[in-house]
This record gives sequence, structure tokens and C-alpha cells, in this order.
Amino acid sequence: MDAMTETKVRELDLSETTLRAVNSLLQGRSVEGVDPLEAGESVVIRHARGAHAVAVGMDDPRRVVIQGSVGYFAAGMNQQAEVVIEGSAGVGVAENMMSGIVRVLGNASQSAGATAHGGLLIIKGDAGARCGISMKGVDIVVGGSIGHMSAFMAQAGRLVVRGDAGDALGDSIYEARIYVRGAVKSLGADCVAKEMRPEHVAELEELLTAAGFDDDPHEYTRYGSARKLYNFNVDNHSAY
Amino acid sequence: MCGIVGLHLRNPELHPRLGELLTGMLIEMQDRGDESAGVAVYGDPRWSPPGHMTVSFVPDAASRDLSSGISEHDAMTALSQALGSPVEVVDAGPTLVAHGPRSVGAGAMRDAIMTAFPKALIAGFGEHLAVLKGVGHPRDLAEAYGLPKAQGWQGVGHTRMATESAVVAGGCHPYTVGPDQCLVHNGAFHNFASVRRHLREKGITFYSQNDTEVGAWFVADRLAEGYDIETALKELLDTFDGGYTLLVSNTESFAVVRDAIALKPAVIAEHPDWVAVASEYRALVQLPGIDDALIYEPEPERIYAWTR
Repeated sequence: MDAMTETKVRELDLSETTLRAVNSLLQGRSVEGVDPLEAGESVVIRHARGAHAVAVGMDDPRRVVIQGSVGYFAAGMNQQAEVVIEGSAGVGVAENMMSGIVRVLGNASQSAGATAHGGLLIIKGDAGARCGISMKGVDIVVGGSIGHMSAFMAQAGRLVVRGDAGDALGDSIYEARIYVRGAVKSLGADCVAKEMRPEHVAELEELLTAAGFDDDPHEYTRYGSARKLYNFNVDNHSAY
Repeated sequence: MCGIVGLHLRNPELHPRLGELLTGMLIEMQDRGDESAGVAVYGDPRWSPPGHMTVSFVPDAASRDLSSGISEHDAMTALSQALGSPVEVVDAGPTLVAHGPRSVGAGAMRDAIMTAFPKALIAGFGEHLAVLKGVGHPRDLAEAYGLPKAQGWQGVGHTRMATESAVVAGGCHPYTVGPDQCLVHNGAFHNFASVRRHLREKGITFYSQNDTEVGAWFVADRLAEGYDIETALKELLDTFDGGYTLLVSNTESFAVVRDAIALKPAVIAEHPDWVAVASEYRALVQLPGIDDALIYEPEPERIYAWTR
């Protein structure tokens, strides 16, 4: 890359600048005494030290690299931005993401990608319980394993797990598609293993490639809704 | 909500820094509860000198001040008189830490405290343990306790946001119901009244309305029946309903357990020099060598224990 096209990088240090100021800048608001970010200007955030709600609510195409581990809700509600977390993430990373890419180089805690509508969430390590809970269109690729109750009530989107899944995978799932390479400890209510048709192999290959993995998609099993909970079964009326 | 922190030092070179490190961890958890905060410290030579029985107490359980208002000298005189043998007292803000010869025993020390200070709350007892309780902001309490200067091999702390009982010193964790035993709790037990009724039938007297105290007595009761800590905690998991992370300690060990669906948070960090637990990662950031530590979240219903 020559000097003419080199992207500008702004360094923001959370040990010097408040989290509110950093998030305001990233959201395109003015902060007294600090130059606003230019369109497309990249950002490096230093000294995250486990802080909550880092880089939330962005709505611009921009690359943001967070050095260190973050607390809860990092990159929440993201739109358009590409966020790299160079550590681990706490509860609810990329929760309610609409678009863009969030990449976690370490592990993620519970509820990663919760309720997210779009975009791509990549977790290089493991994700805790409730990964993709109530996901509504996001794509999630997990390099390691995921915890219990993942994809609970998942409505749309794809969840790819290169390792194992914990208890009650896909409980009460609607139309999301889950691909797991390893073992599934148990399936939740109405979640079943399904046939891998050519279109599933193709979309899985595309997702793995987008996330930077080159696994053989044929090693994966697809899981989805048996659609038995869509209608009330009168035989169950005594249970209510 | 509440926050819990625990630090178990493997490297004796760090023992002089226990209080400083624990203070930093506790203050970082103030956002999870700033109504009261308590700590337990194992092995501080000032609070619990070797060869002594130490009993920590809040002279007036209803007090909300950062100081007990009683001088070390006055407390020493009153307790020595009530006990009939010499007792030393160290001022730790709202709590006073008394120690006498080991041969006196915890029971006699507690009786002497209740005679001299009838409104007192016994915060904890044991040969190696000081338990400090009070009402106020964690930052102010840490200062009032003199926590930054504390030394030792192990410490636990709790920042409280009350759910099941009143904001008084008696509702402040850690709970010590057996010698040198401690329990702190992030979360809530929902069926604690039923379990408490059962324990009361066995003759146990509770000194607070707090749900965590029931958990502490439950563990102590099982240990007294000869269970090891792991079996006692497994039975606790089967008996108690709710969302909780527990940190249970004694002179030798340090254990962590989470409820069946991991409703409450916990992060463990293991380093060759120490093991630490906290409700959130940010409480661990300042520990020496954190970047080299193995950091993970405990799985539900699995018991993690470390022994000295």
C-alpha cells in the first residue's frame, strides 16, 4: 500500500479518554476538544481492560481494532463497521448486531450474538452458554465449542460450530440453520438433525471461507426446527 | 446483582501484597453493588497472629458508621474482663478484630464479646481468619478496614446489592459459620426459607435474615457430618434453587461453583503465582502477570477447587 492510499488510523486510549467520549466519536457525535473521525478512518482502541460496552452503536463503514479483552456488550448494535477484538469478550458480544463484521480472537462469554439481525460474528476460540440466543438473521462462526442453550429460540440466520455444542442446542428453534462439526451434548425441544443437501454444503463452505477457515463442510451435521411447536397440539392441553 | 472476588496466592513473595491486590479487585466490583462490602483475609499477622484464636465482630450490629466508635484500648479492657484472660483488639473501622490465646477457644471468645457488647454481630472466627463487615461504599469500607495494608495467603470479598434481606452489617458477606470457613455469594437462593426451617429443626440459630447465611450453614452442617467440601457443595446444588455463583474457602482450600444453568457470572484466572475468581474479568486485570494467566468461565454445576 503506498502512502497515498494508506488508511488513516486514530488511536484512542481508554486509560486517557472516557468510554463515553470514545463511543461518541465512533457513533459520529462531536466530542469537545477531539477532532471528529473522518469517513473510513480506522480506529485502534487501547487499554480496554475488560470495560463494558466498548464500541457500541456504530453505523459507519470503519475498521475498529480493540486491544485486550473487553467486558459486556462489546460492539453491540453494530451496523456496517468491522470490529476486531484482540482478546476475549464478555457477555453479549455483538448483541443485536444489524450488519458488519465482529471478530473475536480469544473466547466469548455467554449470549454472543444475542438477538442479532445481520452481519457476521466470528469467534476464534470458544463461546459460552446461549450463543446466538434468539438470533434473527446474523451469521455466527465459532472456531471452538459452544455452551448450553445455544441458538435458543433462534429465528433466522446461520450458526456454525467447528467444535462441540453443549446441552439443549436449538431449543424451541424457528428457522435458523445450525451446523456443528463435533458432538452435540443434547438437542433442545423441536431441534433435529437434518440432511445436508448441496445448497447447505455450499452455504456452509461460504461461511467458513468468510470466517477464514478451510474445513471440509461434509464433516458437519445440519440441525434445524422440526416445526412441531409451530401449532398447538391439542393432545398437550392438559400440560397448560 | 452483587460482585464477588477471591484471590489465593501460591507464591509467598506476593503475601505482603494480598490486601493491595484484593482492594483493587473489590473496588472494581463496586458497580455490581455499593451498599455494603465485606472481606475475609487469611493469614494477616496483625489481625490473626499465629497461635491465637481470632474473632471479628461489629460491636453494634445496627451501626451504619465506618468506625465502630470504640477504641482498641476500651474494647481490650472490656473483653479481657469478660473473658478473664488477656485479649488483644485491632481496630478495623466498623469491625473490631479480637485475638486471644488459642487455648481459650472460639466459643468462650464469642461469649465474652456478647457479654461486653450485647448488640454485637460476630462476623467470623478462626485461627487464621479475619472477617470485616460494614455498611457503605466498597471504596470507603476498604479504606476503613485498612485492607490495602493487609497481608496473607488468601482473601475473598463481596460487594452487595441487597435482594433478600436488609442493608445492615448482618446482611454483609462473607458468612463464616464454622472456624476459618467462609462463603460469599453472587445471586439469590429462592427456597432458602424452606432449607432454613429444616436447619432450625436441627438446632441451628441464624443471626441474620440473609439467604446466603442459610447456604453457609448448610455447607457447615454437611462438613460437620463428615462430608468433604466437594460432596457438601454437590448436595447444595441439589438442594438450593436459584441463580448463584459461590466461593467457599477455608484455611486449606478455595472452591467455586455455579448454579445449574450458569445464571450468574464468574471468571477464573489461574497463574503459577495465584488463582483468582471474580464476577467479571475487569476485576482481574490489575493482577500481576494477568496476560500469562489461563482465563476461563466455570461450567455450571462443576466444582472447581484449589488446595494449598
